[in-house]
Amino acid sequence: MVDASLLTNPVYLLQNLVDGLARGAVYAVFALGFTLIFGVLDIVNLAHASTFMWCAFAGWVVMSLLNMPLIVGLLASMLFGGLVAVVLEFVAFRPLRQEGAERLSPMISSIGVSIIMVSLAEAAFSAQTKKFPSGVLDPKPLYIGGTDGVRVSWGQLLIVVVSIVLMVALGYLIRRTRTGMAIRAVAYSQRAARLLGINVNRVVVITFFVGGVLAGAAGILIGLLTNNISPSMGSDIELRGLAVVILGGLGNIEGAVVGGLLLGLVETFTIAYFDQGSDYKDAIAFIILFLILLIRPNGLFGRQEANRA
Amino acid sequence: MLEVANLSVNYGSIEAVRDISFQVPEGKIVTLIGANGAGKTTTLSSISGLLRPGRGKIIFQGQDITRWPTDQIVRAGLAQVAEGRAILSPLTVAENLELGAFVRRDRAAIRQDIDRIYGQFPRLAERRSQLAGSLSGGEQQMLAIGRALMAQPKMLLLDEPSMGLAPIIINQVFEIIRQINEQGTTVLLVEQNANKALKIADYAYVMESGRVTFQGTAEEVRSSTHVVEAFLGKG
Repeated sequence: MVDASLLTNPVYLLQNLVDGLARGAVYAVFALGFTLIFGVLDIVNLAHASTFMWCAFAGWVVMSLLNMPLIVGLLASMLFGGLVAVVLEFVAFRPLRQEGAERLSPMISSIGVSIIMVSLAEAAFSAQTKKFPSGVLDPKPLYIGGTDGVRVSWGQLLIVVVSIVLMVALGYLIRRTRTGMAIRAVAYSQRAARLLGINVNRVVVITFFVGGVLAGAAGILIGLLTNNISPSMGSDIELRGLAVVILGGLGNIEGAVVGGLLLGLVETFTIAYFDQGSDYKDAIAFIILFLILLIRPNGLFGRQEANRA
Repeated sequence: MLEVANLSVNYGSIEAVRDISFQVPEGKIVTLIGANGAGKTTTLSSISGLLRPGRGKIIFQGQDITRWPTDQIVRAGLAQVAEGRAILSPLTVAENLELGAFVRRDRAAIRQDIDRIYGQFPRLAERRSQLAGSLSGGEQQMLAIGRALMAQPKMLLLDEPSMGLAPIIINQVFEIIRQINEQGTTVLLVEQNANKALKIADYAYVMESGRVTFQGTAEEVRSSTHVVEAFLGKG
């Protein structure tokens, strides 16, 4: 079932490495927002994927209907994502964050919001898929090592650049700023954070905003990868995002990056090296996830509660 | 400086604190002593705004802070060193201290204060870039106290600072509390270790089952037969 001639082709290998990393970078950006909110608040925000989907549409509106360039579409989508996530915090999460509230109720609440958001998108944009306008990127790819060499599209290049910028920026925010310290304090203990004079609700809003910004970026980046924007696009990435988050260790930022890249590579290589690989790329990806969790039940970087956010 | 009047706090149907009143005059050390479950931590949590009291008033420097959010209370100058040392284990020692100054904006003065704390606690200086969770129990308590001082509080609330520490470390911690008070910070000290608390306190309130059952100067409390029987043991 594996095509032997492909195994010995180094260009093919490198090509799939490039494709896999670009795909994985999108997963990583998506998973970062997911894991950030979990790490800080212990909330599995299942509306993250719907936020992501709405952001892709927001980018589509800005670029296709308003004819704005890609950079404007990206920034608008990120801002939109941040605002949507903040609205979610006020509507779906804050009212449930009372002392003694059932642990799973925020997750149920986020499922409800997610269903509503998908329905609204279907009503607004119809279930048909949309595409970003072809003019936003130069369709001619770059070649490394001549036209027989490795092909890198401008979309892939942009995905990798944007995701590296976002990862570095997030790392800087969390590790080096006063706000980041406050976010980590809230993640560790809301009670201790309050006693330091930290306004926990404000930190939560900031955290949701950042998570939404990441969902917004991922929405544009996946558009560049697949150019396939539809109300159901969230459900395609949702399980993968959750898997990446668990693979990396719940709430762990480095883990989400590594997990995302790993999943992108596994999927791409399964498609590339197995006959009809696209039919069971999900099965293989999740078998690998399962095997990793057997060996490391807390994920690759999970160290119980100690290394959160 | 702090006045608690007719405070009652409920946990569901349980009345954890029942109609207690006490005062902490400026510049003094006042201690709230009592056994586990007497309502001491509940009282402190209410003062810091972590719990909403059912009835009663909490007045700090003439202002009614009963319904204030915690961050506003900290900004007003009331810092708490919580029970169990409440340090942020996954953050470094230096980050813990910086977060202690979260309510302040004067960067240069914050740096100076951190250096001053390092001067006072050389062990923390040596371990400044280590994770706070890797410190020993005594060091964590020093960090928790140092961190609370970073907020430049007018008054410090301490919840069981001796808990889980070796006797020699307990002596050091109480000596530090005495010094902090000498430098002008008012102290409300909650303790089970009544012997130690009474040695540094000016005035004491005894709590039992959510009520204040006895009060007086440290001297008076120490010589009261009731308190001796209940907490201090014989000899």
